[in-house]
Amino acid sequence: MTVPPLARYLVRRVLLAAGVLWAAFTVSFVVLYLLPGDPVATMASGGLDGEPVSPAQLAELRARYGLDEPFAVQYLHRLGAALTGDFGTSIQNGQDVGAAVTQALPPTLEIAVLGLGFAVVFGGALALLATYTRMRWLRQFLLALPSLAVSLPGFWVGLMLVQIVAFGWRLLPSGGVAGPASAILPAVTLGITTGALVAQVLAKSLTQALDQPYATTARAKGAGPVAVHLRHALPNAAVPALTVLGYVTGNLLAGTVVVETVFTRPGLGRLTVTAVGAQDIPLVQGIVVFAALVFVLVNLAVDLVYPLLDPRIATGVHA
Amino acid sequence: MGGCAMTDPLLQVRDLEVGYRTGGVDLPALRGVCLDVAPGEVVAVVGESGSGKSTLAHAVVGLLPPNASVEAGSVTLGGDELLGRSERAMRPIRGARIGLVPQDPTVSLNPVQRIGRQVAEALRVHGLAGRRSAPLAAIDLLERAGLPEPHVRARQYPHELSGGMRQRVLIAIAIAAGPALLIADEPTSALDATVQKRILDHLETLTRESGTAVLLVTHDLGVAADRADRIAVMSGGRLVEQGPTGRILAAATDPYTRTLLAAAPGLVARPDTAAEPARVVVPARRAPTETVAAASPLVSVRGLVKDFPLPRSAGRGAVLRAVDDVSFDIGRGETLALVGESGSGKSTTARLVLRLADPTAGTVTFDGADVTGLRGEAWRALRRRAQLVYQNPYASLDPRFSVAEVIVEPLRAFKVGTAAERRARAADLVDRVALPESVLDRKPVELSGGQRQRVAIARALALEPDLVVCDEPVSALDVSVQAQVLDLLAELQAQQQLAYLFISHDLAVVRRIAHRVGVMRDGRLLEVAPTETLFASPREDYTRELLAAVAGTRARKVEVAS
Amino acid sequence: MTELLVREIATGTEAAAAPVPRRGGRARRLGRFLLHRPGLAVAVLIVLTVLVAAFAPHLLAPGDPSAGVPAQKLRPPGPGHWFGTDYLGRDIWTRVVHGAALSLQATVVAVAVALVAGGLIGLLAGFVRGWVDEALMRIVDVLMAIPAILLSLALITALGYGTLNVAIAVGVASVANFSRVMRSETLRIRQSVYVEAARAVGTRWYVTLRRHVLPNAAGPVAVLAVLEFGLAILAISSLSFLGFGAPPPAPEWGSLIAEGRNYLATSWWLCAMPGLTIAATVLSVNRISRALDGEWAAAR
Repeated sequence: MTVPPLARYLVRRVLLAAGVLWAAFTVSFVVLYLLPGDPVATMASGGLDGEPVSPAQLAELRARYGLDEPFAVQYLHRLGAALTGDFGTSIQNGQDVGAAVTQALPPTLEIAVLGLGFAVVFGGALALLATYTRMRWLRQFLLALPSLAVSLPGFWVGLMLVQIVAFGWRLLPSGGVAGPASAILPAVTLGITTGALVAQVLAKSLTQALDQPYATTARAKGAGPVAVHLRHALPNAAVPALTVLGYVTGNLLAGTVVVETVFTRPGLGRLTVTAVGAQDIPLVQGIVVFAALVFVLVNLAVDLVYPLLDPRIATGVHA
Repeated sequence: MGGCAMTDPLLQVRDLEVGYRTGGVDLPALRGVCLDVAPGEVVAVVGESGSGKSTLAHAVVGLLPPNASVEAGSVTLGGDELLGRSERAMRPIRGARIGLVPQDPTVSLNPVQRIGRQVAEALRVHGLAGRRSAPLAAIDLLERAGLPEPHVRARQYPHELSGGMRQRVLIAIAIAAGPALLIADEPTSALDATVQKRILDHLETLTRESGTAVLLVTHDLGVAADRADRIAVMSGGRLVEQGPTGRILAAATDPYTRTLLAAAPGLVARPDTAAEPARVVVPARRAPTETVAAASPLVSVRGLVKDFPLPRSAGRGAVLRAVDDVSFDIGRGETLALVGESGSGKSTTARLVLRLADPTAGTVTFDGADVTGLRGEAWRALRRRAQLVYQNPYASLDPRFSVAEVIVEPLRAFKVGTAAERRARAADLVDRVALPESVLDRKPVELSGGQRQRVAIARALALEPDLVVCDEPVSALDVSVQAQVLDLLAELQAQQQLAYLFISHDLAVVRRIAHRVGVMRDGRLLEVAPTETLFASPREDYTRELLAAVAGTRARKVEVAS
Repeated sequence: MTELLVREIATGTEAAAAPVPRRGGRARRLGRFLLHRPGLAVAVLIVLTVLVAAFAPHLLAPGDPSAGVPAQKLRPPGPGHWFGTDYLGRDIWTRVVHGAALSLQATVVAVAVALVAGGLIGLLAGFVRGWVDEALMRIVDVLMAIPAILLSLALITALGYGTLNVAIAVGVASVANFSRVMRSETLRIRQSVYVEAARAVGTRWYVTLRRHVLPNAAGPVAVLAVLEFGLAILAISSLSFLGFGAPPPAPEWGSLIAEGRNYLATSWWLCAMPGLTIAATVLSVNRISRALDGEWAAAR
């Protein structure tokens, strides 16, 4: 077998991604359908807060959703359907789950992409500045910011931004989807935690890279501090930062659950909250699998970028 | 300092004081160091770890770590003061007037940048080449540094090159801008002996040709003796003695230099060292060899093979044969040494003998019984008779254990004696390895490397084994400590008829301790011979190459000839 | 986001295991250690206060958290009500203090679930190796692929509302972190030379596990547990903010903020004060975790 290492690497990554998706489907199935509590009873009652329905109606519902079959049969049915993109219909309004998710996606995507950009730009700049400056106080101040940011509850940060920027200064709208301005506050709220994590990891790996003997070699050549920082340390430090970015992008999406509630925006996050409230099991499962899909795709993209950043990865020298 | 004054030196270091600040405490690293290097001269700075030799090298190029500070003194290069310069003012000096060959070639090149660009950078930062001409100039430099196919190398990444080739790249970078002074900080101590010799030879040719002065920092007195015009010996941040190489080797006046000379294994066989500790044990080294043939051997190894599966990328079912058809015997009370360079399979062989790894083929016989297939309790019983001392005394002791706990661990494992008896035995063992009883309650972190290795030896002796496998037991230690540990091993052997399987890459160490020596290369055992025979008339070419690469050999030859 | 905090720990704990020899010096050393780090001292003080609030709330706030004085509603922070009062005239300080017990119990349950389940999975995977390791780690990979809050929400969908269910859901969502750290620690220690040395002197595997692997892995895992404590407070407050925790009158920290939302434009303190409490607690916990992770050992 003479498959080039890079191709082998890519094939392996794609297979792994498909495996993760299948497993995510399975895990969500196990959690949602096998755990205590009768899904139909709760589904039919319209959530935990509603009134129960008659036994006859229940049996009818069970048959309609295929819940009277053995679990293995149900699982295979649903898996087969999911492979064709069919995740069933919402209990609340009978809408197709796939359609519901795609419909809710655009406003969520808007703030997620904006938030990611905010996180990368500010997190990256903070890390570069903190590791470049020779002023001790500035460095320590900058490095303290990310650990402060990750300790704040996201929903509270959102509320405080609304309080100050929207109500206090009357600069931006406090919620809704009225033009691009309304996306700024939610995006910042979403991006703060992600940006803090990017800054923490990048600053740490930059510091490590600058301590490496190859940085000393560069300085011994007579290269200036900017060259050492950007040409030698940054390319080496980018790999761990990218890994983190891949991991937190999934969380960025999940963060919309809270952010969209705070800013009363429609979107995937709000859809999730109402689905959980109504115990709309097919919809919740659809959203969980979708989130796993996003995670898998983002990390696949990250895996494709790795070999460009670090030649050792393609040849398998370092895992 | 008498040896300080020199007319028109290239580098002049005067009363240099450098301190490190760690955990709120100031530790002096250099105390009033004076040193001169004349143009074109090779000066070796020799010392053990912590002597301040690397600090001196880094202070000269202004690349001290951030927690270090220069407290007093001056460093001038061709009359220009280097201390107290800003980062910006230091840049025209670094690379252009002082080149640095760093310590560990495996980590000193940027892993994500092509070789050619890294060499070219050394020219471009000083405006010695433009965007167009730099790549070609880099290839030229790589060729001068002795790299085969330099145009191919220039397009490769560091991980695609061997350690020796990477060191040549670093040499190319260091000489790129034609500096008048080259600082080589332990340039080859991370490399195998034969590679080390070739690289130092090449570096010597290059610098002699261009008349570049070299400040060679090394822990190895042998390397210094071979390469330097003058030697400066450092200890505890002071320069204790300096002078021409011949005088230092023949008539050192400082007691510390003398201990270093006596301990330097490479220089041991010199006829004029009178009070030399290894001498005492030399007769004992030969004794058991004659009796080996008579009695049955303690360990007998036949046709040992060990394959390791390679990663799938190397092809289906590909294996690395680490040990290839190795056979030997070890007699009771005998020391058999296995020498070889890294990757020769010597450590794997040791693990197979101890049955810590399973051989792919072959047999291991211990005291007449075949132990190759032992499992479970029978395997555990073998542990009472065959023990191991590891290379790294820092890693082989559990950091949470006290020394007493470390030593009684084998006794606990075999439920030997009561707790009090075990404690008494630990005290006895600590005494046998010449440590004070007070160490019993200390943690390994509180001990020095040599002390830790003594603790590891005590642990190995706790069950009174017949065989102790020593896997590079002294290579992590300073030379003077090395000698002490080797003497201890010899003494213990004489007392209780221990057999040693001694694994080492260092022929000088082996010569001191072994009765017989086996030479390994690429998993094969090339030859086994009594120590003196092997050193006097080696049969294999490879053995001769290894012997020639031993640092200090050149100095010895010169001395014998004169 | 817990993921990378975890990684940082796993890589930076070389010196974590460095016990102190004598007991008399220990208290003095702790005193000196805190004196040099005023930030850490404040953090310890805050965590102690939160613990008092959780176990003996009446010491800090003698009033009744659900009794309101309508005449004093929506008073800003000031003397008498230094966190202000809410729309029913209830004292917010009293409500925050009495909410501590609820929030902290949930956090303890969450961390305990994660620690026990994750620790066992990681230990098993790291010590047994082979296909067991492969299988367990693939499951953990999947858990990592589903964002924690979504996994918690899926569990709540199945289990129903309530503080305990929220706690379990948050705990299960961080099982993956614990198992990864425990596995990497177990692997690191298992492959360390001193464990092989123990095997080479004839120590049985279960003795090795008990005497070498567990004590050496305990440090990093404890650091992670403290860190997870902070993250669990955040996750639980998020879920109770969304309304999946205890039903309304209960003064859980997250639901206090949710209640205050409607008065954001006029009475900022309804949201700000409970939020600041959460932030201060999490910040303190993180600071202590950082101190445990190396600083203490490094300051010897």
